[in-house]
Amino acid sequence: MKVPSVVIGQYIPGDSLLHRLDPRTKILLALAMVVALFTVESPWSYLMLAVLVAAAVLSSRVPVKMVLRGLRPIAFILILTFVLHLFMDPGEELFTIWRLRATHEGLRIGLLTVVRLTLLIMATSLVTLTTSPIVFTDGLERLLNPLRIVGVPAHELAMMMTIALRFIPTLLEETDKIMKAQMARGADFESGGLVNRAKSMIPILVPLFVSAFRRADELAVAMEARCYRGGQGRTRLRQLRFGPADAVVAAATIVYLAAAVVVR
Amino acid sequence: MEPIISIENVSYAYEGGEQDRVDALLDVNVRVDAGEFVAIIGHNGSGKSTLAKHMNAILLPTRGDVYVLGMNTRDRSKLWSIRQAVGMVFQNPDNQIVATTVEEDVAFGPENLGVPPDEIRRRVDEALALVDMTGYEQAAPHQLSGGQKQRVAIAGVIAMRPRCIVLDEATAMLDPVGRQEVLRTVRRLASEEGIAVVHITHFMSEAVLADRVIVMDDGRIALEGAPREVFSQPDVLRQLQLDVPQVTELALELARKGVRMPRTPLTVQELAADIHALLGGCAG
Ligand SMILES: Nc1ncnc2c1ncn2[C@@H]1O[C@H](COP(=O)(O)OP(=O)(O)O)[C@@H](O)[C@H]1O
Ligand SMILES: [Mg+2]
Repeated sequence: MKVPSVVIGQYIPGDSLLHRLDPRTKILLALAMVVALFTVESPWSYLMLAVLVAAAVLSSRVPVKMVLRGLRPIAFILILTFVLHLFMDPGEELFTIWRLRATHEGLRIGLLTVVRLTLLIMATSLVTLTTSPIVFTDGLERLLNPLRIVGVPAHELAMMMTIALRFIPTLLEETDKIMKAQMARGADFESGGLVNRAKSMIPILVPLFVSAFRRADELAVAMEARCYRGGQGRTRLRQLRFGPADAVVAAATIVYLAAAVVVR
Repeated sequence: MEPIISIENVSYAYEGGEQDRVDALLDVNVRVDAGEFVAIIGHNGSGKSTLAKHMNAILLPTRGDVYVLGMNTRDRSKLWSIRQAVGMVFQNPDNQIVATTVEEDVAFGPENLGVPPDEIRRRVDEALALVDMTGYEQAAPHQLSGGQKQRVAIAGVIAMRPRCIVLDEATAMLDPVGRQEVLRTVRRLASEEGIAVVHITHFMSEAVLADRVIVMDDGRIALEGAPREVFSQPDVLRQLQLDVPQVTELALELARKGVRMPRTPLTVQELAADIHALLGGCAG
């Protein structure tokens, strides 16, 4: 067994227009897309939204396979949703198998729901696929900043994300080391039932937690020694710039989304 | 000249419960001047880290005072000026790098100080050049070797424009190559940039490179002086549970066997030169 060396945030570097947009533009447009997806009813609207997502995916030059990968974890939910709609929605009969009655309405609503969820996942994955985690965190911090007056800890959330991103590879490496050390002492992580396998994880998780807490403690001292005192008065090396391209893309997308919402 | 750091009659006790009071420092006096390279050695638990943490107000003395550029570390209003003036590099390189890329991490200190973006950029580039890490701006910390990570940590401190850098066993977890890299870097900072360096180490071969060696023992300063002075007292050092450098050991052994060594050599080069001179004298 080996701990996978994950690429976090699944960012795929590139220099397409989508890659170069300000992260705030991308996050906000993805949000607008989500809102549009949940307001529209007509198949024409769905078609327009699907065309927009397809155009965005193609222009980003991110492999379509990568964009669709975001669907894998929810594939089961998609199928379940479709089947439930198909057989449970009242309406005109389509066919019947073993006392289960599928309806035309069910088929239509089921399909549209699947399309809606698929487009939603694709649009949001496209943001993380074309934005490096650091830039994404920066964008999120700046977007949430105004919400500080209502108590949203914008800077702290962004700092937590940064530290998590920073330490995931370190902790994975450490997990791998501990597992190898335990295996060298005869530990077995692969055989036995679920209970046994869960039990065999304890000698890994305990040292991992102990070390994680020690790391957190040392990191806190190191950050204080470098004058860290929260977000106040802090400047940033990287400046986000909302440029002309952002304005044009944002305006065009909003107009298009509005048209998609009103079309019948 | 005003000292960078002046530690005056400082005692420090870690307060545990009622009984577990640990006196980690007892009446310690240390002065660090600009551009000086000071090594601190001492056995485990002798109070080196505790002393280091007093140098930039991570700990405040139980008794006595610490001054950084004349500012008392008890003065809360000077806290950030003090931490800007004295930077710290710790033992575990992994646990002091905050950001996900090298340049972002080096920028962390200046960002906290509120330095304007263009100026941060300039400082990051300069600092990375000083530690020979130009070209690694976008690298992720986990892609670097131990020595490289420590040099990034040093760059992160340099970018804050400090007057002194304190390294608390910063070479302890590195391989010989990494140790060399770090040591070369900090020596250059002291000699060329005029930044004082306080290097805590348990490698005697590193301590001999310092201008001054401070030996700690159970919270007190047991010995202080130029490396040659300190290391020519092997019996005292052994009592303090410390070794003398291997070269020095060899020279002292030769002296015991009747070879008349002209001085206490501290490095291989010195010993080689001395033996060469001796042989040259005989074989002529
Ligand atoms: N956080 C702490 N709480 C209680 N005692 C401590 C703490 N840190 C260090 N000590 C004790 O203080 C003494 C000096 O420790 P330290 O300064 O870490 O020594 P060194 O760095 O030379 O190994 C030791 O006896 C140690 O056990
Ligand atoms: Mg220590």
